[in-house]
Amino acid sequence: MRRLPSETAHQPAVATGLAGQSALHDSAWKHVRGEARYIDDLPEPEGLLHAAVGHSQHAHARIVAMDLSAVRSYPGVIAVVTVDDVPGHTDIGPVFPGDPVLAGELVEHVGQPIFAVAATSHTAARKAARLAKVEYELLEPVLTIAKALEQELFVRPTNTHLRGDPDQALAAAPHRLQGQLEVGGQEHFYLEGQACLVEPTEDGGMFVHTSSQHPSEVQKLVAEVLGLPIHAVQAEVRRMGGGFGGKETQAAALACVAALLANVTGKAVKYRLSRADDMVQTGKRHDFFNTYDLGFDDQGVIRGADIMVAGRCGYSPDLSDAIVDRAMFHADNAYFLDQARVTGHRCKTHTVSNTAFRGFGGPQGMMIIEKAMDDIARYLRLDPLEVRKRNLYGEGRDITHYGQRIEQHVLAELIGQLETSSDYQARREQISAFNAQSPVVKRGLALTPVKFGISFTATHLNQAGALVHIYTDGSIHINHGGTEMGQGLYIKIAQVVASAFQVDVSCVAVSATRTDKVPNTSPTAASSGSDLNGMAALDACEKIKARLIEFAAEHWSCKFGDVRFENNEVVMAEQRVSWGTFVRTAYMNRISLSSSGFYSTPKIHFDYAKGHGHPFLYYANGAACSEVLIDTLTGEYKVTRVDILHDVGQSLNPAIDMGQIEGGFIQCMGWLTTEELVYSPEGRLLTTGPATYKIPAISDTPADFRVQLLENSPNTEATIFRSKAVGEPPFMLGISVWCALRDAVASLTDYRFSPPLDTPATPERMLGAVNAAHSWLAAKQEDR
Amino acid sequence: MIEFYLNGRAELLEGVDPNLSILEWLRTRKRLTGTKEGCASGDCGACTVLLGTSEEDGQTHYQSINSCIALIGSLHGRHLVTVDALRDEPAHPVQTAMVECHGSQCGFCTPGFIMSMVGLHREVTVEGRACDQERLIEALAGNLCRCTGYRPIIEAGRQSIIDESAAWEGDALFVNAAQTPVDAQPVSLTHASGRTFHAPVSLAELRELLAENPEARLMAGTTDLALEITQQLLDVPHLVAVERVPELQRLSRTESVLEIGAAVTYTRAADLLVGDWPAFGPLLDRLASLQIRNRGTLGGNIANASPIGDMPPPLLALGAELVLDSAEGERRVALDDFFLGYRNTALRSQEFIRSVQIPTPGQDDRLFIYKVSKRLDDDISAVLGAFWFRFAGNQILDCRLAYGGMAATPKRAQSAEAALRGQAFDDAAVSAAIQALAQDFTPLSDARASAGYRSQIAGNLLRRALLEHRAGANAKPLLSVTPHA
Repeated sequence: MRRLPSETAHQPAVATGLAGQSALHDSAWKHVRGEARYIDDLPEPEGLLHAAVGHSQHAHARIVAMDLSAVRSYPGVIAVVTVDDVPGHTDIGPVFPGDPVLAGELVEHVGQPIFAVAATSHTAARKAARLAKVEYELLEPVLTIAKALEQELFVRPTNTHLRGDPDQALAAAPHRLQGQLEVGGQEHFYLEGQACLVEPTEDGGMFVHTSSQHPSEVQKLVAEVLGLPIHAVQAEVRRMGGGFGGKETQAAALACVAALLANVTGKAVKYRLSRADDMVQTGKRHDFFNTYDLGFDDQGVIRGADIMVAGRCGYSPDLSDAIVDRAMFHADNAYFLDQARVTGHRCKTHTVSNTAFRGFGGPQGMMIIEKAMDDIARYLRLDPLEVRKRNLYGEGRDITHYGQRIEQHVLAELIGQLETSSDYQARREQISAFNAQSPVVKRGLALTPVKFGISFTATHLNQAGALVHIYTDGSIHINHGGTEMGQGLYIKIAQVVASAFQVDVSCVAVSATRTDKVPNTSPTAASSGSDLNGMAALDACEKIKARLIEFAAEHWSCKFGDVRFENNEVVMAEQRVSWGTFVRTAYMNRISLSSSGFYSTPKIHFDYAKGHGHPFLYYANGAACSEVLIDTLTGEYKVTRVDILHDVGQSLNPAIDMGQIEGGFIQCMGWLTTEELVYSPEGRLLTTGPATYKIPAISDTPADFRVQLLENSPNTEATIFRSKAVGEPPFMLGISVWCALRDAVASLTDYRFSPPLDTPATPERMLGAVNAAHSWLAAKQEDR
Repeated sequence: MIEFYLNGRAELLEGVDPNLSILEWLRTRKRLTGTKEGCASGDCGACTVLLGTSEEDGQTHYQSINSCIALIGSLHGRHLVTVDALRDEPAHPVQTAMVECHGSQCGFCTPGFIMSMVGLHREVTVEGRACDQERLIEALAGNLCRCTGYRPIIEAGRQSIIDESAAWEGDALFVNAAQTPVDAQPVSLTHASGRTFHAPVSLAELRELLAENPEARLMAGTTDLALEITQQLLDVPHLVAVERVPELQRLSRTESVLEIGAAVTYTRAADLLVGDWPAFGPLLDRLASLQIRNRGTLGGNIANASPIGDMPPPLLALGAELVLDSAEGERRVALDDFFLGYRNTALRSQEFIRSVQIPTPGQDDRLFIYKVSKRLDDDISAVLGAFWFRFAGNQILDCRLAYGGMAATPKRAQSAEAALRGQAFDDAAVSAAIQALAQDFTPLSDARASAGYRSQIAGNLLRRALLEHRAGANAKPLLSVTPHA
């Protein structure tokens, strides 16, 4: 018999790093030492080639002729491929067709890949890719939402959620307001650009190292493009240098291009995007144009609503159907709309195909109702917080416009707590006093809630798998279908496994996500990572535990109920055995120490034809109170204090959750303030790097930033240890900054005028709002 | 051939491509992959490394720089320290603090933050400089993080640099390699492609090199020039580095004039400038990032003649003069006469800027500098207004108003100046000056701002100057809307 690991002396000790503790990110020490490997850091296979693509120079055109001879003859170039070299599928649309792996005759956005190059260096590939001579026949581009709405040019059909008779309710309401808002897009700006490394295998397949949130889709699409069965391709993701939704579908196109080049050359191919290429070539958050028509009573309580949301999808559907759905599902945010119609349009434009980004349309939908809350407040001369509170969902007003009943009402109390802890009312008064005596600099304040539905709205994606192995020294290895993009999923899953066996989290290793370990996985998206994969991991642990308990009861002659896992030991009535010894004993008695696990989310369903159902298992909630300072001469501003109270249920890891909340908030603040995507009139992106596209820098973080987790609020649904998803919901807390900026401008009119403020609220747009407030005042003067 | 130290070990490079960035050399030639590429344009800080230079005090001083836009020739005689040197025990205190404060999420920006923090930590613990929250944030303003929202990073910096100030036990890494080759010999590189790099050490050599090769491009910090290589993918065939020429590194002050060598970095120029003209302080805090200020030079900012460079408007407002030099001799040109058109200057072939001369303030002089950009930190100006006034009481004896972002070059607003000159500084005069600005400028719309916005704030900045003037010279700036409010 081979030798088993020997017993080391042990003392029972309370297991450390279990779920609920602030265990460190599993890669934290590797991060700070520069040892964490991203795709471009991996050891390079011999003969590695580097890929780049040639871009369409026009938004909408037919390619009449393409002369690639200069590309082919550039020093270092080994291969050049076009769509004609694709052996399998040429369309890699993730849900609906429409995304050619390389454009054929028709190009539909500036920067669309039209051919690909493999060369001996990254620079050679990029330089060569610029040498193509392409003749275009120009077609009329549609570049704006307005134009697409006018032409009814959509990538997917328009749909509606309807409850009751909103037209009648609007007509009958004591007050009625209409408004509109342009909501800007957002570049993901993950610090690690898109990247993959594809190696041909000895069986004619491909092994793909990818920086992707969706390795199973990368695997499937690479197989389809090469005309291979899926099992011939494996995809692996150890970590991403940020994802935020930008690597849900967008990573696949790179992997497919690299695989084509690897297929043609027989060599490993690395394809990583320079920042400018990444910004030009890959999709972003959808910009939206939204309108509302609301009827309300003297108290500001909404009686009827007619809301329209229109997202700019770009040239193809990608995930836009579901993204606009989610905008529609969140056009109510936390408020009961009563009689309501919500219409969603999916506008086609000749721009890059927009894609998933943290919140997935939800933030854009929420913006219109949060604007409306402020508008109602100014109209009725109420404090906006009061209007928000009056419109919250509650008992008896708990059915959404899409028919889901809200079962856990967290927000009224949560907002009350935050109103007190942030000292909202006293600060409101201080701010009014300050503004009255400060002619140039004004302060603004806003407290806004978030209610965010948790589950993929594409019901079939709500499933996950995991694979747990216990080795004979007691160490445990887990793979699951989720990917690590910095959000701390790996450590949370390790904590779940450690908790299942009550052993130190250091006993548990999580390794790279691989399609040959756990198959057919869903993307790590929709905030679902720990909900789905945590439950799948727990399922695998429970299966092993059931075997172990049965074995232990027999081996140590006790009842099933007497077997307990605690303190790095297993206790059988009066007997205690160290975890390692217990595992070895089970092994010697031929008990399987490995299991897969599976989870599918219960209860959820949705009828898209009727626009009615129960798409979410539960809602995550939070609220934020932001204070800003603005300069009415230039429109510049500063966020000075932020208080947040957020509901993560029973936290799996409070420190990791705090990081998601703070990071999400700042990312949303950037989206609504300084992050501006500017296009030329021809549809060419002008903001192609951090020199012109400004994500928040360190001094944008408010000097006074107070974040709390809501206490004693376990999820009422049976989620993993009663936690709540935390990836996306806190993002929308940043809407409070935009409302506070408007509040500061409204102070110029003694809060009687609700200024227009499309997003991002750059200093320039802020000065526009200030100008509008001054014009309104001047008009009032004339009226007198 | 160039010689330098990398993480304490001597390196000698011959025949290397002078267009290679330090980052690319590290990642592709040395396969040291701890240092990351986030943008290759000096805007995100993921590639931050420390560059040690032996200075007159005999010590090696380390500064954070962006390795993505620093070219390989800049390493000669220096000590390059990268995150890869910080893998062993003892961990650096900033590493421990970053781990304990949960300061990394995806981890991609982390090595860059670590290097910026290590640099600051060393400045505080070894060189004895003071550090408060403001300085910490200033040192990290050139490092972007997309995950954390920065709060835990600030906390880690506070714990390890402000609250604790013991030197790192592993500091020998920095000290032992201080024996860098500092001999004042010119060096050069010639690549197989024919691309060359020369680093002369005297004015005579510099003049001669330019006379021999008038097409050569002058380089100092390459914070702008390198973008042609990394972003536009152009080749720069012949590079001549000016930073080792002593006359171009000189700082001096007389009663009436500050003289700053063209190759002096913003960081080195700061004390002298701010000492006489305090308005430069807040501007320099917001001019690009610390990594850029540690490499970018006054001469470079002037010579590249960008309409949105931050130094030309205040220098125009102050009536600065340039000392130009070439084999033909030396001449002086008022900065006012230097900018001829978009990226076009009065520099002749083979001529270079040797120094900038700036008048010291008279008793009743006042300088206002206002930068407006989308983001407060590390952003390029939409508009920069710099206003110099000489007062007699409240009367404006003389003034110069200069703007960036309003025309094809940094430019004075002479009509507006005329409207103010001789007037009392009051609302009426400012209104007249704002009217006159319409004759001075027809700004453009671009990705940073629209023409309308530029025009409006150009005027409003004059109003701000008036409000601050009324508040008195020693009053706090009217606007607390600053990065460190």
